[in-house]
Amino acid sequence: MEQVIEPSVEKVIKPSRKLRKFSIGQFVTMLMLAAFAIVILYPLLWMVISSMKSYNEIFNDVWGLPSTWLVENYSLAWSKDISGYFMNSLFVTSVTIIAVLIIGSMAAFVLARYKTRWIDIALIFTIGGMMMNPQVALIPLFNILTSLDLINSHWALILTYIAYRLPLTILLLRGYFLSIPKELEESAIIDGCTEFGIYRRIYLPMSVPILLTTIVLTAFFAWNEFLFATIFIDSETLKTIPSGLMNFRDALRTDWGVLLAGMVLASLPMIALLIFLQKYLVQGLSEGSVKG
Amino acid sequence: MQRRKFNIIPVLFLLPSIALLLVFVYIPLIQNFYNSFFDFSVFSQTKTFVGFENFKALLADKVVSVALLNNVKYAIISVVLQVGLALVLAYILEDKLFHRVAPFLRVVYFMPVMISISVVALLFGFVYNPQMGLLNSFLELIGLENLKEVWLGNFEIAIYSVIAMSQWHSIGFVTLLFIVAIQKIPKELYEAADIDGAGKIRKFFSITVPQVKEAIFVNTLITITGSMLVFNEPYILTNGGPGFSSTVMSVHMYQTGFVKDNMGYASTLAIIIFILTAVLALIQIKLSRTGKDD
Repeated sequence: MEQVIEPSVEKVIKPSRKLRKFSIGQFVTMLMLAAFAIVILYPLLWMVISSMKSYNEIFNDVWGLPSTWLVENYSLAWSKDISGYFMNSLFVTSVTIIAVLIIGSMAAFVLARYKTRWIDIALIFTIGGMMMNPQVALIPLFNILTSLDLINSHWALILTYIAYRLPLTILLLRGYFLSIPKELEESAIIDGCTEFGIYRRIYLPMSVPILLTTIVLTAFFAWNEFLFATIFIDSETLKTIPSGLMNFRDALRTDWGVLLAGMVLASLPMIALLIFLQKYLVQGLSEGSVKG
Repeated sequence: MQRRKFNIIPVLFLLPSIALLLVFVYIPLIQNFYNSFFDFSVFSQTKTFVGFENFKALLADKVVSVALLNNVKYAIISVVLQVGLALVLAYILEDKLFHRVAPFLRVVYFMPVMISISVVALLFGFVYNPQMGLLNSFLELIGLENLKEVWLGNFEIAIYSVIAMSQWHSIGFVTLLFIVAIQKIPKELYEAADIDGAGKIRKFFSITVPQVKEAIFVNTLITITGSMLVFNEPYILTNGGPGFSSTVMSVHMYQTGFVKDNMGYASTLAIIIFILTAVLALIQIKLSRTGKDD
């Protein structure tokens, strides 16, 4: 992304010549790129604009700007229910991220550093988890969580989210850990560093980029997960954003402006996170793994 | 390797992961296979053994064939657009001719990825709304009123409306992945092709495609897997309707289990989903491991 952002000075002079060479094919391509951009951008823009309109204005004048910008739709959405869902999501997402980072990096450390028959089995066991998907385990999980008395609590989501994020996390972290030079740990051992010290003082500090990738991927998953959130949580006050939004829609019926405001609010944290950490998301994904 | 007599660290460090995976991933999977031979419901936990009855029911279940077909449609359209079109898009955006607009377009195309699928699905409820929806209003605006549709209420069209939304949501993301892959291609290859006087299309097929074939393969696998598992989009937009015309395997399983409370048969449906995706996942794991170590 970086190298293209700053078009160098000599390139700016060229276009006059380029412009003449602009063939019909290029013109059509440009037109299609622009049309596609509008198709992507317009619904998002519409969501933001309409979130400040009244129901009548949305219904009778889809394209128009609001006659008065109803910013209070946002405070209404927030105070109605979104704040609760938001805090629930924040809690579930943060705990999941922290646990995935700690538990995943510990396992990846061992799986990268040791080589025995047992370690190989453990490696297949952990990474093989990628073959399983939440859909398939849904019904037994529901029963297991019920018998553990965890159903309808945030822990039902947190524990399952951690478990389903671990295989990918371990795969990514282990790959990165394998590239850490062995000499570093050898000199650390000579200096009297313990195993735990090697993990904490050498491996973790040296792996910040991939840990950030893990944070983005896990945050994205936990914030947006819908299936478990809908089925494992019944009580209104415990719902996270994705399932809460569905209730929000049903409760509001025609109060579309407020609904749209709630949708915008629900999107803000991930937009912020992705803007700050975008390059780590791309890095993690181009390692050849998984899509949100 | 091990100098100490017994090193406790590996055990301690692996234990949490193994325990969590065992309890929440592997045991449920095995349990699911076991459940598929029984007839039971959520609340009355008495299970009746029915042998292969649930599997026989699969063959008689008309919804399964509709759902499977919809999953396949999902996969085909997604592969064509999210792998095929996204690759072309990435190639165009990396072309020198477009280098001034590319950074902006890349950000625009990527935007939907940042929005959660439940928000996107609610938004497309407005796009497809038959009375005030953006799509119908737009068709009216450009004088194509006869193309107006009840996008989510028409038996023939509903599933395609759902699929279209998924494409809108994901295409920019895959494009970005391909851009990353294309940027890794050595520039000399293109320069050599320029000297040979190769055109843009020629260069696309004889340099870009072979050079990013691994990314193409991985993205195809991920896209097909995603299409077999898809749940949120049809569930939120249409709930599988009208009738069951836009249902997919996951939605059918959910409704069988948690709406009709027929957990045994729902477990059997889950096995089908598992089989459809496990093989693809296995190939993916193999690939990502050979790339890394050894």
